Amino acid sequence: MPRVKVQRKSTSIDMTAMCDVAFLLLTFFILTAKPKTEDPVPVDIPASTTVLPIPDDNMLMLTVGQSKVYFSVDGNDIRKQTLIQMSDKYGVKFTPEQQEKFSGLPIFGVPINQLAGFLDLDAEGRKAFKQPGIPHDTTANNELSDWIREARRVDVSLHNRALRISIKGDNKEEYPTIKKLIGVLQKQKINKFALITTIKSDPKK
Amino acid sequence: MAELDTSGGGKHKGGKVRSKKASTRVDLTAMVDLAFLLITFFMLTTTLSKPKAMDLVMPDKDEKTKDQLPVAASRSMTLLLGANNKVEWFIGEPGKSQPTTDNYGKNGLRKTLIEKGKEIQQSTGKYMVVLIKPSDKSNYKNVVDVIDEMNITGVQSYAIVDIMPAELELLKRDGNY
Repeated sequence: MPRVKVQRKSTSIDMTAMCDVAFLLLTFFILTAKPKTEDPVPVDIPASTTVLPIPDDNMLMLTVGQSKVYFSVDGNDIRKQTLIQMSDKYGVKFTPEQQEKFSGLPIFGVPINQLAGFLDLDAEGRKAFKQPGIPHDTTANNELSDWIREARRVDVSLHNRALRISIKGDNKEEYPTIKKLIGVLQKQKINKFALITTIKSDPKK
Repeated sequence: MAELDTSGGGKHKGGKVRSKKASTRVDLTAMVDLAFLLITFFMLTTTLSKPKAMDLVMPDKDEKTKDQLPVAASRSMTLLLGANNKVEWFIGEPGKSQPTTDNYGKNGLRKTLIEKGKEIQQSTGKYMVVLIKPSDKSNYKNVVDVIDEMNITGVQSYAIVDIMPAELELLKRDGNY
């Protein structure tokens, strides 16, 4: 009886297609990924049924948590120019290095006279630094209002568009803080702004 | 995982030395491994649910505008946001009608808004106007919840207004402040 010889097949699989798919997905995820900006205070945002996504750029966001207000605006050029105008206004000087650092800073909440020292810290130091929030309570010392105004001016002069303003508040934040913030915005004739919420499943009516 | 050489070269026939044809295949396994590792990383780090923006339009605070029309008390509903996630509502002017304490959510405020909206539509022929008055004891979530209820129930006209002392008294009396 002759022995049937089993033909030995190559054990390797053609990986080309798999590789294609993998890199396609990888490209997609890399392009859609956005570096997560970490909030200085934990902010638990409320849920609503709104489905409108927040725009990707041209945003000024005011983060509110533990009665403190933090300021963030999109665009490195806007941030830098805003800092220059603010330093002129308050007479606080910033070195070019500090300006460069500020343009890469996604969110901050320190009074302007402490800002230079805050910018000199490295990334770790900044994380450990307890940010006191931007002063906004009294009418005499309303830095927040100036930051917002200057950022709006810069956006108009650099890109000729109106900055969209949004408030990101914590669930447990007491209303007076929000009221003050809305008051600041309304003084600048900003009557339309957005509240940042997460999605809640659509309720049955 | 080495690839078997399946090309049958290397049999010298006719004495001519032929150069060995190397296989053009590259082992892609390592590359795929790396790609999937990175995919996993990016998938886990991206936030899939993007935050949403709820637009809010505040009434103009400018004192110069005089062309504001008074709203009939019969079709204005006032919501007083108190402490402990409670809301009080009444129709008309404060003091003249008794407020009802309600809670947020499907069976509380939403039901009231839909019912009263229909009643006012039938009796006056016009839509209901809702005044939202958050007290100092209410929190941000309450405000967002109420605005959300407005969007869900389709209230056309609503505004966030400052609370009046008389209304604070109502909240205090009912133990919601």
